[in-house]
Amino acid sequence: MSDAPENMEAGEPNGDLETVQPEQTVEEARRTQHEIWVSGTEERMPFAHATDEGSQELLPSDLDPALDIQRGVAVDDDYVVPERVIDDERQIINMGPQHPSTHGVLRLHLELEGETVVRVKPIIGYLHTGMEKTAETLSYSQGSTNVTRMDYLAPFHNELAFSLATEQLLGLEVPARASAIRILMTELNRVSSHLLSTATMGMDIGALSMMIYGWREREICLDFFEKTTGLRMNHNYIRVGGVAADLPDGWEEDVVVLIKKVNDGVDEYEEILNENPIFLDRTLGVGVLTPAEVKQYGVTGPVARASGVDWDLRKAAPYCGVDQYQFDVPLGKHGDSFDRYKVRIDEIRQSLRIAEQIVATIPSGDYRSTDAKVTPPPRARINESMEALIHHFKLFTEGANVPPGTAYQSVEGPRGEIGAYIVSKGGARPWRLRWRAPSFAAVQALPAMMTDSLIADVIAALASTDPVLGDVDR
Amino acid sequence: MNELIATLVEPFDAAEVELRSYASSETTYHAITIPVSDWVGFALHAHEIGFDTFIDLFAVDHFTEAPRFEVTLNLLSMTAKERILVSTRVPYDGATVPTITDVFQGANFYEREAYDLLGVDFPGHPDLTRILMPDDWVGHPLRKDYDIGEVPVEFKAGSADL
Repeated sequence: MSDAPENMEAGEPNGDLETVQPEQTVEEARRTQHEIWVSGTEERMPFAHATDEGSQELLPSDLDPALDIQRGVAVDDDYVVPERVIDDERQIINMGPQHPSTHGVLRLHLELEGETVVRVKPIIGYLHTGMEKTAETLSYSQGSTNVTRMDYLAPFHNELAFSLATEQLLGLEVPARASAIRILMTELNRVSSHLLSTATMGMDIGALSMMIYGWREREICLDFFEKTTGLRMNHNYIRVGGVAADLPDGWEEDVVVLIKKVNDGVDEYEEILNENPIFLDRTLGVGVLTPAEVKQYGVTGPVARASGVDWDLRKAAPYCGVDQYQFDVPLGKHGDSFDRYKVRIDEIRQSLRIAEQIVATIPSGDYRSTDAKVTPPPRARINESMEALIHHFKLFTEGANVPPGTAYQSVEGPRGEIGAYIVSKGGARPWRLRWRAPSFAAVQALPAMMTDSLIADVIAALASTDPVLGDVDR
Repeated sequence: MNELIATLVEPFDAAEVELRSYASSETTYHAITIPVSDWVGFALHAHEIGFDTFIDLFAVDHFTEAPRFEVTLNLLSMTAKERILVSTRVPYDGATVPTITDVFQGANFYEREAYDLLGVDFPGHPDLTRILMPDDWVGHPLRKDYDIGEVPVEFKAGSADL
């Protein structure tokens, strides 16, 4: 047994804690706990003991009120936290960052008592690449190439949030056709993202055939994306002022076929999973999140709706005219893993319903704004018009000028509210881009879902939450 | 300003409210500016009157402006379908904003992120440690005076060796 679990026992002070003065508050003790050495400086504060992990370490429970709070002590709560008998069975294990079911590089410290999870500490940052900082050095036309890589399973939603926030600063109206194309692509993106989520969730909890089926239908969506944008992921298709190109010839037939195939596929999934006793045993009542916890942690999207929180930005704060289409918001009752799976399945059908209406009602017209200060001229115009040449040159050397101000724009992504907050001080580059990432909030709520469950349920709860680590760490 | 927002800012004389709207949409939200002394009181009051969904908390570095850091809180009232962005300014030296983790548990990770990337201190936070950057990282990368560095480009054609 390692050092760390021994130090958990009965608040037995380790070498570090003995220096804590009696008048120190818990908070001060917590803060001074990890005076770790800083590379390049002379003074090195050695780690307290061999297994010390700096500020990531799972501390004795009396020094870690944050984790206690996240176990649900402070909010309305469904857990019964029994008086614990401290025994030798308690141990701390790491799940991740390379564990296949963590969907990326999420790392969980699990404190176990036998097979029961006592405390959970999510550790993130392994995929942090400073994309908010990078955005400050990119112009508004380059910005969407950056944000599309954040939540790499919802590239269209990221581009849309960024473009809408910039358009809010510019006071720019986009043509009706551009808005319809944006909604079509984002809804199909929701379908492909939920298909992937359902597939990997099936794989994580033992329904391996689900994995194959989910990817089969997702491929149809990606084929359509490739035909439209040229790329299967990270499209940079939705741009400030509209979209990069009009839909390809014959797109209506493609979308109709796609809707048919995916609808059939979803029926098939429900046949495979809904009555499957193993799937039901692994998901029913597992990883429950209450509506109070949903609101406290800012969890949005299918996870919130599975808990019965009726909140969909497409209804509550509509963008791009999404409110003119008929669709329902599926809600769950219990907030468990099964409800999250079911909400996603129903959302796929609703998104396909929206796509069906767009095929029938899409208006004709421009696919992007004709404001020459924002969108580049068509290639053919450059040969004919001096102004077009100048505009093209200015846009690609300087970029579009955006007036000073701040703007917040939110979009209902597949994982919840994707928010772009842009501070502009004038010029062609944002002063600050703040990205409200839905997965970040979901990861924070993981302890509330996982505590006092079995270690196998951790996998099911995590899979049904569907965090994307590129979104968490940015 | 509608009734709910009027009730929200009524106890706070120094609050300034601005109405903004989404691009190509009827959707609106309120941007509210308050002094840092009202921060926790405002969060409590907002929670009481229905802004009970925590969405976001972040900081912005307004380099060269007088109180340099701006901390913004994004709250939602699901019943009234209203969104507010509450912001406050703090100076560069000893930039501190009291924690609101007692009001919204979800502020925990977000305050850690603001501390990590911009160096804003949140006294009272239960676990104010770095969250995205490594433990031994020096500096706060999203500050405007943080050197982003660069990779030197070698122009071989222009060098004296040729």
